[in-house]
Amino acid sequence: MPNAVKHVLFILVPLIAVFAVLPGLYQNHLLLFNFVTFLILAQGVNIIYGFTGYLPFGYVGFFGAGAYGFAVLVMHYQSPALVAVLAAGLVGVLLGLLLTPLLRLSGAYFAIANLAASLAVLHLVANPALEGITKGPYGVSLTGTFNPSHAYYAALVVLTLTVSGVVFLKNSSFGLALQAVREDAVSASMAGVNVVRMRIAAWLASALVAGLAGGIYAWYVSVFYPDNVFSGEFSIFAIVFALFGGVATISGPIIGVLILYGVYNLIGFTTPQYFQLIYGLLIMGLVLFLPAGLVSLATRRGWHVP
Amino acid sequence: MLTYALVAGVLFGLYFSLVGMGLNLVFGVMRIVNLAHGDVLMLGAFVALGVATLAGIDPLFAVPLAFVVFLLVGTLLYWVLVPRLQGSANPEMLSIILFFGLSQVVEAITTIFAGTSERSIQSRLLGTVFSTIKVQLFGGKPQTGPIRILGQGFPAPWVIAAGTSLVAIGLVYVYLYRTRLGTLTRAVMSRRDEALASGIDVDRVSAAAFGIGLGLAAVAGVFAPFMFGSITPAFGADATVTSFAIVVLGSLGNPLGTALGGVVYGVCYMLVQTYLSSWADLLPYVLLILILLLRPSGLLGRRVRVA
Repeated sequence: MPNAVKHVLFILVPLIAVFAVLPGLYQNHLLLFNFVTFLILAQGVNIIYGFTGYLPFGYVGFFGAGAYGFAVLVMHYQSPALVAVLAAGLVGVLLGLLLTPLLRLSGAYFAIANLAASLAVLHLVANPALEGITKGPYGVSLTGTFNPSHAYYAALVVLTLTVSGVVFLKNSSFGLALQAVREDAVSASMAGVNVVRMRIAAWLASALVAGLAGGIYAWYVSVFYPDNVFSGEFSIFAIVFALFGGVATISGPIIGVLILYGVYNLIGFTTPQYFQLIYGLLIMGLVLFLPAGLVSLATRRGWHVP
Repeated sequence: MLTYALVAGVLFGLYFSLVGMGLNLVFGVMRIVNLAHGDVLMLGAFVALGVATLAGIDPLFAVPLAFVVFLLVGTLLYWVLVPRLQGSANPEMLSIILFFGLSQVVEAITTIFAGTSERSIQSRLLGTVFSTIKVQLFGGKPQTGPIRILGQGFPAPWVIAAGTSLVAIGLVYVYLYRTRLGTLTRAVMSRRDEALASGIDVDRVSAAAFGIGLGLAAVAGVFAPFMFGSITPAFGADATVTSFAIVVLGSLGNPLGTALGGVVYGVCYMLVQTYLSSWADLLPYVLLILILLLRPSGLLGRRVRVA
């Protein structure tokens, strides 16, 4: 059995099956939806950071842009939710295209520029001068399309798409070429890899899934403000979850989301400062003691982790 | 109106240079992105707050206090965090995440002790030490109210902050170019491996640079309540991005570059604030992206980036 089939059978299918069944067994649907959203975002970060080494510190820019793409289509053109979700993905890709020049930057420069880009999009959307289009800082309300259960299953579809994408990267020469570019761009281009095209493809793919996730998020919550959908927490959480599990693997980000977001909800929101303190310490400990993620505990022993 | 915007821009710009200076030093020497930079600024502001409200004296006295305290804190923190970080596969990237964690911790602890409310210090308290000395030596009444430059009145704290920043920039220059440790620092900045190979104690030099960087940030923080009106524990995150814009605008590892970057930033900021105020929030980010794309080495920089 080829590896790709194994990965689909033993990782993707069980994951989707569990999340498809859970809403019938568990009452807190919002929590389940958030899990799915973070699974998508963590895998999106995995595509760009794990396979190309670019740290998208402003990843939420695509998510927020997608949410507002959805909102604008629904508010001004009364389009059906599914069309608007596709448009949200398109908005993510367009923003990604607009930001491709950033890929010329390396290391921390890229991360900071990406963060600045996401904040620029936030301030553009939240600008009172654009109230006619985005409703500025006053938030949007999309009661017409409100349908949480459809949105939840749409999110599952996007999750399937995203994880399949990572399975593909893990098992194809394309993914191997990307990792070669990450390790040493000059050697990779010597070996005949089209470095620029590879990077842009990965970049747009991760922008697409974040845009779709943002659109579905807008569909699910239906009332939101710019500060909600552009909250830096989305970028940070997605990066930390992916890193905690271990990037450039299929299972790492999934494990990361399930464990860390689970812990997040166990500690609860009652005392945000204490939560923030614990979380900060956790992040620091992670970087200092387990920089390659949980899966490195297994790979260090020579076990193969998909 | 234009003169006002320009002079205010230069005053703010000098202050912004001080804000970015510490970050520049840390990134230049260690290739570490100190995302907790803004939080050190915030802590510096709380030192000023403590000095003004608990001791009831001129917040200017907080400047040396904050500098010494954070010099020590920074040196300690360096030894706890950085050597371990630099042993990992990709220290530059992981530093972003590590220091994000640190900034969360700092923000959380400050919130637990100080609450989330906005705090400010009466601006007339700043600089009372000067007017007291003047009154004692020359007699006359203590001068209050705005300071006049080119026929326009500016709040006294702006001028004092700009003056302190000038002094601090001068001191950093002297440190880097006129002392032995400074020469070693510049050596580590330009080529870390070669510095190590030629027997320089890179860790000691870096620890000093880290301490000074944090100290400078704290000094900048002392003036933050006066320059931005008020201060909350959540102030740090925005301050970090602004500092980055300034540092990148100038150039990496060059304190004079940061001074220029700060002034350019300040003048742009004031001009946009004056003529297009609803777009002023966008400025730092757009400026940062543009400069990164057009001239990643900054206005005064050589090319430092490879591929």
